[in-house]
Amino acid sequence: MVPVNWFLVLAALLFGIGLIGVLTKRNALIVMMCVELMLNAANLTFLAFARQQGAIGGHAIAFFVIAVAAAEAAVGLAIIIAIFRTRGTVNMDEVRELRDEV
Amino acid sequence: MSPTAEQITFAVFAVPLLLTAIGVVVSKSPMYAAMNLVAAFFFLAGIYVLLSAHLIAFMQILVYAGAVMVLFLFVIMLLNLGGGGEEQERPKAMQVLGVAGAFALVLLVGYATREVMNADSAVVPADFGTVKAVGRALFTQYLLPFEATSLLLLVAIVGAVVVAKEKI
Repeated sequence: MVPVNWFLVLAALLFGIGLIGVLTKRNALIVMMCVELMLNAANLTFLAFARQQGAIGGHAIAFFVIAVAAAEAAVGLAIIIAIFRTRGTVNMDEVRELRDEV
Repeated sequence: MSPTAEQITFAVFAVPLLLTAIGVVVSKSPMYAAMNLVAAFFFLAGIYVLLSAHLIAFMQILVYAGAVMVLFLFVIMLLNLGGGGEEQERPKAMQVLGVAGAFALVLLVGYATREVMNADSAVVPADFGTVKAVGRALFTQYLLPFEATSLLLLVAIVGAVVVAKEKI
């Protein structure tokens, strides 16, 4: 039997790796991949607690998280394509039209 | 105390999972990052099976490693970003902040779950996590969110086409 907190610490590590990627990378595509990693870490936590409590509701939530992640990937990638078409870059630090210039 | 077969299986999936996840972050090229992410999704599916989440593990491979990653690879190739290796990094302060925040999070979870470790897992029925069990929950207790998901996917499809297409 694997203790449930092994899964929780694994999920925290996975979330941490994704967080590092989101905060340090500039390529919008890699940032989105790191967001997927963080969503998966959340899913792992849901499933670990579902197994521990014997509650099938955790599996239903994980199902919805997967559906939302698919929708998020579709819309996010469409936005990246639109930005690339108008500005010719996927570097997030170069997309700063709404920023107040100081 | 020698490790049980389940614990060895956990390590077999968890260690490559963390390595490939780190590979996503350190890759210079988005193509290598995407390949690492596919591998990470497969290893995570193995972890899900250990949690007797058979349907979710199946969907992980079908939806994530299949559909979502094909979408990512398609966009990488469409934008022709595969070769471009000169990724400039964020300012150092941001990197330090990211790593420190992630470490703090792991420590916090380790601290918060120190009592969960000793709690025994519930004895689950043999069909826990199968298509039948999850399907029954989805179509009784979670019917409204399930139907709302179909609306969400429809909105996402229409939105993606409207945003990405030059002229409708």
